[in-house]
Amino acid sequence: MSDNTLTRMDLSEAVFREVGLSRNESAQLVEGVLQHMSDALARGETVKISSFGTFSVRDKAARVGRNPKTGDEVPIHPRRVLTFRPSHLMKERVAQGNKG
Amino acid sequence: MIRSELIQKISEENPHLFQRDVERIVNTIFDEIIEAMARGDRVELRGFGAFSVKKRDARTGRNPRTGESVPVEEKHVPFFKTGKLLRDRLNGG
Repeated sequence: MSDNTLTRMDLSEAVFREVGLSRNESAQLVEGVLQHMSDALARGETVKISSFGTFSVRDKAARVGRNPKTGDEVPIHPRRVLTFRPSHLMKERVAQGNKG
Repeated sequence: MIRSELIQKISEENPHLFQRDVERIVNTIFDEIIEAMARGDRVELRGFGAFSVKKRDARTGRNPRTGESVPVEEKHVPFFKTGKLLRDRLNGG
């Protein structure tokens, strides 16, 4: 594994190369995509991107947790969590690309 | 929300762009993330979340129907961890 980390900048650069908009506008478009996805998720919507994956919001019930260091019981409040289910294509590409 | 609705929203905000360009832009973003993970790279999008690759060790699985043991090879799977800002927003933060 090469172990590099990509950021927004790398995605903007890819958009810049692909479409030939300015770097600034490419960055704004990347931001817009993330913003719209975040907004939909914050409203509790599922975001389903075909051949990429599905982000869905799940409700978690309250439970009693424990501080692993002290063993003290701590209440964990009900909360919403995000789960990502990768598409078949993504799983396939990741499995193939990292093989051996 | 599905891919086409996302493209629609971005198009509405950018009336100077052709819809087919917006499609290419959105597709490029998602393709780039997949290609990065296929190379074993991480994609860290602050506030939104991080995509990474996790290694699953080889194990002995079982055919649930027959109960037979089957060797399962080591494999790599995509993983997403939600960013702090988005996690807080989901909980009304």
